[in-house]
Amino acid sequence: MSHHAEQSISPMHAAWKRLMRQRVHAVALAFLVLLVLACAVGPMLSPYTQDQQDLELKAAGPSAAHWLGTDSLGRDMGTRILQGGRVSLEVAFLATAVAAVIGVGFGMISGLAGGRVDAAMMRFVDIVYCFPFINFVILLMVIFGRQFWLIFVAIGAVEWLTMARVVRGQVLALKNLEFVVAARANGASFWHLLFKHLLPNLVGTIIIYAGLTIPGIMLLEASLSFLGLGIQPPDASWGVLLGDGSRVMDISPWLLLYPGIFFSATLLALNILGDGLRDAFDPKSMSQQ
Amino acid sequence: MIRFLLSRFIQGIIVIFAVITITFLILLASPGGPFRSERTLSPEVLARKMEYYGFDKPIPVQLWRHLVHYATFQFPESQVFAGRTVDEIIISGFPISAAIALPALLLALCIGVPMGAQAALRPNTLEDRASQLAATIGICTPSMVLGPVLAILFGLKLRWFNSSGWFDSSDWVLPSITLGLIYSAYIARLTRGSLRETLAQEFIRTARAKGADDTTIIFRHALKLACLPVLNFLGPAAAGLLTGSFIVETVFQLPGLGQFFIASAINNDQELLIAISAFYAVLIVSFNLLVDILQAWLNPRIRLQA
Repeated sequence: MSHHAEQSISPMHAAWKRLMRQRVHAVALAFLVLLVLACAVGPMLSPYTQDQQDLELKAAGPSAAHWLGTDSLGRDMGTRILQGGRVSLEVAFLATAVAAVIGVGFGMISGLAGGRVDAAMMRFVDIVYCFPFINFVILLMVIFGRQFWLIFVAIGAVEWLTMARVVRGQVLALKNLEFVVAARANGASFWHLLFKHLLPNLVGTIIIYAGLTIPGIMLLEASLSFLGLGIQPPDASWGVLLGDGSRVMDISPWLLLYPGIFFSATLLALNILGDGLRDAFDPKSMSQQ
Repeated sequence: MIRFLLSRFIQGIIVIFAVITITFLILLASPGGPFRSERTLSPEVLARKMEYYGFDKPIPVQLWRHLVHYATFQFPESQVFAGRTVDEIIISGFPISAAIALPALLLALCIGVPMGAQAALRPNTLEDRASQLAATIGICTPSMVLGPVLAILFGLKLRWFNSSGWFDSSDWVLPSITLGLIYSAYIARLTRGSLRETLAQEFIRTARAKGADDTTIIFRHALKLACLPVLNFLGPAAAGLLTGSFIVETVFQLPGLGQFFIASAINNDQELLIAISAFYAVLIVSFNLLVDILQAWLNPRIRLQA
């Protein structure tokens, strides 16, 4: 029985086993799961709200009542970091989802259509690659009042290009394989080929590139919020907290230090996991590691 | 080669005009019109200003006017900095941004490439692990944390440099180090990865079999091929340095181009916004073209295709 199970192990399961073979990947994943849970539940369990002020304790250091101290308006830093983490993670994952949907759709259609359509679509990507996107994002943020949904739509619309190129390359490799040719010979339509035959085979690639995109998007969101163009006070994101902290870091350094530690540790875990996913889904790339 | 350059050149021009058009369209959708911040204007003055800058014309005419300005190098006047043309403003802000970005790029290459090469030559040793750890820490340290830390440490505490502003001839140092250190981490990782892959190839084994030492192997044989992914990274990195410069110019309060852009976005200075976007597009296009040419020069196997 066990012999059978080993033979029929699914690609996803195999990738999972390869991922977990290295302890550092498991640690990174555990950290991220804990962080997501803490950010989701923590603000509710905390005795403070993120904008509740204790004006007697302006910018006080860590204490028994406020584990991570208070900021210059007397707000509890621990609560703000968890609340800010929730916002940063939400933006990162939603923007990655937007980027993945656009990129995968564009890349699959381009690769499967082939010929002139493909050439035109890829030329379009080449041209868009040279756009100074940060300018567009800053403009959109300034003009349209920094709304939450706009942040991840704008970021997602910037980050889809690499995904489109990679997915197109995969489709080109896949579309001449026998199972696709056979489906086509059976009269499968363009969309049927796309969703039933190609998409399931692209899951690994999509996971790899989503994993590599998330940390970049977190940095972009933090940059925008740092510049005052992303998430707006009194709401917090890690970029907002880093911005606030960097302005007062000579007097109360922990206001930069604690959000900085959370942010860097999260980026570290995401990077480790991203590399791990790449190796797990694409064993050939192990040689590059 | 000529055909390739020509096609890239045309593509670059398309990019620049597309960027002008998109910036114009985004601005068009902005609520409140071009002089929305100046609420005290009387209707007559507003009408005169609208006429002077051409905002009373139909939209396609306005767009056409912008495109013609840039096609003929007749650069318009800024709305907020009255009397100064946009190219004058760019010329005053850009040297500051460049004085930070260029040393940063050099620093990133000078640290990143040797560090990555050392690690690739001695895989899985303590040295390799240490440099990989350093690179990972660098990648996970955002510039808005590193910048203030350096400013406090070397500016306020040690007083080696000004912690902010653009007064002394040494004011580029801290911002450049901030950007350079972070990019060196990416470059070290890329160099290590691609050099290890190159070193595993057969022509390297042949060279080793002939008795070439490490230095010859690295410099004569491997590095040329191994730096291709690094070059590939430098194209997007140019754009990244621009992004980074927004942050670093804010942290160190430098009057660079990024600051002009943010200020003119807040003031809704349409002419200047279009000009700076177009200028960034020119930079990115030129940088990518340079990378393409360098790649072809380093790797004869790449045939430049139109």
